[in-house]
Amino acid sequence: MSMISSDRLAEVFVEFADTLVDEFDLIEFLQMVTTHTSDLVDARAAGLLLADANHRLQVMATSDERAQMLELFQVQTQEGPCQDCYHSGETVHSGDLREADERWPRFAPRAVQAGFLSVHAFPLRLRRQVIGALNLFSAATVEIAPGDVRIVQALADVATIGLLQERAIRRGEVLTEQLHTALNTRIVIEQAKGALAQIHGITPDEGFDRLRSYCRNNNLRLSQTALLVLNDPTSLPGLTTPRH
Amino acid sequence: MTEQWNVPLDHAVRVRTLVAEEPARPDDQPAVGGRLQRLCRAAVRDLSAGGVGVSLLSDRGEPLTAAASGEPWKQVEELQFSLGEGPCVAAFAARGPVLVSDLAEAAVTVWPAYGPAAVELGVRAVFAFPLQVGVARLGALDVYQQQPGALSSWAVARSMAYADAALQIMLDIESNPDAVDDVLDDVLAGSGGRLEVYQAQGMLMIQLGLTAGDALARIRAYAYLHDRRISDVADDIIARRLKLEKDDSGS
Repeated sequence: MSMISSDRLAEVFVEFADTLVDEFDLIEFLQMVTTHTSDLVDARAAGLLLADANHRLQVMATSDERAQMLELFQVQTQEGPCQDCYHSGETVHSGDLREADERWPRFAPRAVQAGFLSVHAFPLRLRRQVIGALNLFSAATVEIAPGDVRIVQALADVATIGLLQERAIRRGEVLTEQLHTALNTRIVIEQAKGALAQIHGITPDEGFDRLRSYCRNNNLRLSQTALLVLNDPTSLPGLTTPRH
Repeated sequence: MTEQWNVPLDHAVRVRTLVAEEPARPDDQPAVGGRLQRLCRAAVRDLSAGGVGVSLLSDRGEPLTAAASGEPWKQVEELQFSLGEGPCVAAFAARGPVLVSDLAEAAVTVWPAYGPAAVELGVRAVFAFPLQVGVARLGALDVYQQQPGALSSWAVARSMAYADAALQIMLDIESNPDAVDDVLDDVLAGSGGRLEVYQAQGMLMIQLGLTAGDALARIRAYAYLHDRRISDVADDIIARRLKLEKDDSGS
């Protein structure tokens, strides 16, 4: 891996940081992270897992289907390097999975069976927050050189910051939209109260009572009906025809 | 963890501490509103400002006062809705800070209505910082000074940190309809007659066959012309003490 040019490496870093674009696609991004890190260390297979809202690791991307099986297995059995990595926030590795039966009694033999002899797991973390793990497998009993370990961890760190930023922004945009919708709905309801007050010669509070009763009796939604009172009152003669 | 303009860590940390240490007052609003009030008070002291206010902004940039450092500053903040112009409205449109170091000078060109009205309330300089996340514009933080003068670059950076802290308080709201409605209810309850303005709007829409925008413009025009608070005009419309004509002839 140390044969990679620093130019190419710089390019890869930039790609990993590039989450704040309009057309950001989470799965594509995670796939890119997995594939690139796999290529960089010449790994046989790689997988990336992210924790869901219940703090359970879910497989998000793999470099090929065989790793998929393994990662799925890890999640299911609650055992393996990714689990250890996610919970400790530290890198986890095994240079020879044939000697890891005690450590991972269910994962290790199956990994060996699938043709993998060594594994390295990198935490996706920012300060004390761990959001997942990146898993690299080799068919040989190799140790990834310390310099390369640092580079892969740095890439994982960049990807994590990008993921967290994208998440936070998406959440903020969703919340803002919810607030805007709620405000617009409330405004329309207040306006409708006034409209009904004007139509019937009553107070806005009395207008609200009529609006609520009408909606209840006709199984209608308050916000939609309020909008109709303002935009298309003749469509609700039962509510908007003046009567004394 | 969003830091909208990469607020320097030292500012962000200091602001977080100051806001957390700001004591609550017995008449503070509940929940989010109260936190924003404490933020405004902490900011006033830290920035040596006259007043600080935070407004939410609708998707069309209409302000709704969420909190201020004191009752008089709440009135100043409300001016922007009353007149339909002002620093946070401008910050919304500009998608960035709006810094006016001499309102008296700016009044003629920038805000013909807001400028003189704010000056009359004792405001001579105003600096607005939008609360933005991604493409979403949620509100703005307004810093007021009672004497003209530009904000130092330290104060600009510090103000941005307060804006970011206000944004974080808002983003702490749980992303579900009930939580959002609760916050909105609280903000509207503390909004001093805003609901009545919307109700009066609805009345005019029927009375005069106006769109919502035109109805609001009509109410604003009347309030401005007669130098009255917009909420008082709304009360009169609702009580039928005031009947507006369709055109803006000032009657």
